[in-house]
Amino acid sequence: MGEMEQLRKEAESLKDEITAARKAVQDATLQDTVSGTVVVSRVQLKTRKTLRGHLAKIYAMHWSTDSKLCVSASQDGKLIVWDSYTTNKVNAIPLKSSWVMTCSYAPSGNMVACGGLDNMCSIYNLKAKDGNVKVMRELAAHTGYLSCCRFLSDAEIITSSGDCTCVLWDIETGTQKTVFAGHTGDCMSLAVPLDFKTFISGACDFTAKLWDIREGQCRQTFSGHESDINAIAFFPNGNAVITGSDDATCKLYDLRADQELITYQDSSIMCGVTSIAPSLSGRLILAGYDDFNCNIWDSLKAERVGVLAGHDNRVSCIGVTADGMACCTGSWDSFLKIWN
Amino acid sequence: MPVINVDDLTDLDKAKMEVTQLKVEVKLEREKVSKCCEEVMEYIQAGVEEDILVKGISEEKNPFKEKGGCVIC
Repeated sequence: MGEMEQLRKEAESLKDEITAARKAVQDATLQDTVSGTVVVSRVQLKTRKTLRGHLAKIYAMHWSTDSKLCVSASQDGKLIVWDSYTTNKVNAIPLKSSWVMTCSYAPSGNMVACGGLDNMCSIYNLKAKDGNVKVMRELAAHTGYLSCCRFLSDAEIITSSGDCTCVLWDIETGTQKTVFAGHTGDCMSLAVPLDFKTFISGACDFTAKLWDIREGQCRQTFSGHESDINAIAFFPNGNAVITGSDDATCKLYDLRADQELITYQDSSIMCGVTSIAPSLSGRLILAGYDDFNCNIWDSLKAERVGVLAGHDNRVSCIGVTADGMACCTGSWDSFLKIWN
Repeated sequence: MPVINVDDLTDLDKAKMEVTQLKVEVKLEREKVSKCCEEVMEYIQAGVEEDILVKGISEEKNPFKEKGGCVIC
């Protein structure tokens, strides 16, 4: 037997072992556990604010930890920092490359980052002494597009890329600290939990992976989706993960059971999920879809309990404030809307 | 830290990486699904009353309240 064939057999055998180990702890289903729970009553959120200013498709948005400011990225070549309470633009940052696909607000509020088809992650200092926002660092090494980025602190940021890897960067030196390789398809999205010790990534190989940041290692891999995973987020308890996919479903995976707990799907929904975010308690899961809507799911009962309809094109991004007060949707129609 | 360019890996490299990874994952200690489901449910129940998107918020407490018209008292 050639080495390749041996490795293939070994891989199959290990996969069977993992499947059996997962089955061995499958002593219940979420559906059964919540059979006594009532579905939440219909959720009807209203648009409270519309943030107008971008001149082209919005691809990404991210809330600041203060739950008031947020940053959005558009292929009009601008990053805009908004005061969502007043709808005022705090900063309008022109980008070198207009092909932006992601943006992120640092937890400190001092910086924002973005990237896209330029394969780079550009870091901007919002608090420069002269008041001008300019590029602080350009993190270049990925050989594919930058799909997502998330700050761990003012000193470190994690990026995901179309080159199938995720990278932890030292912002000060502009160098890669760790490369997280393992996905066999473009990495589309990543999320960091509150303890900053791990992160999760979703990719075009239909899997989600949990990574240990300091060890540089993949700890767990979650399968089940039948197409690209475009969106991923931590469930608020930090022990579960929600994913959104081109297969038109969202899934809830538990990290400690190492398996899927439930799928959020409806036969009437046939388009891909672009973005996903849980509400503060985790009871609601808000997911943006290619059909211009955002569906609101009861996370326990897996039923659709509301819709955010108001955009005239694809909902590309969604985010819930840290204080749970509101959610923001960004769309290819160039507008952001704040709902609660 | 060297860049790992996925395009440069041979099929054999990828197969070895996959087996190495699976050997890590097979060792994971998994908790019972029943316990995990209970914890998810408990976490939600503990926080749902303060979850504005579920419970709503009064106009006056809403920081995003729409600017009203003028009121002459």
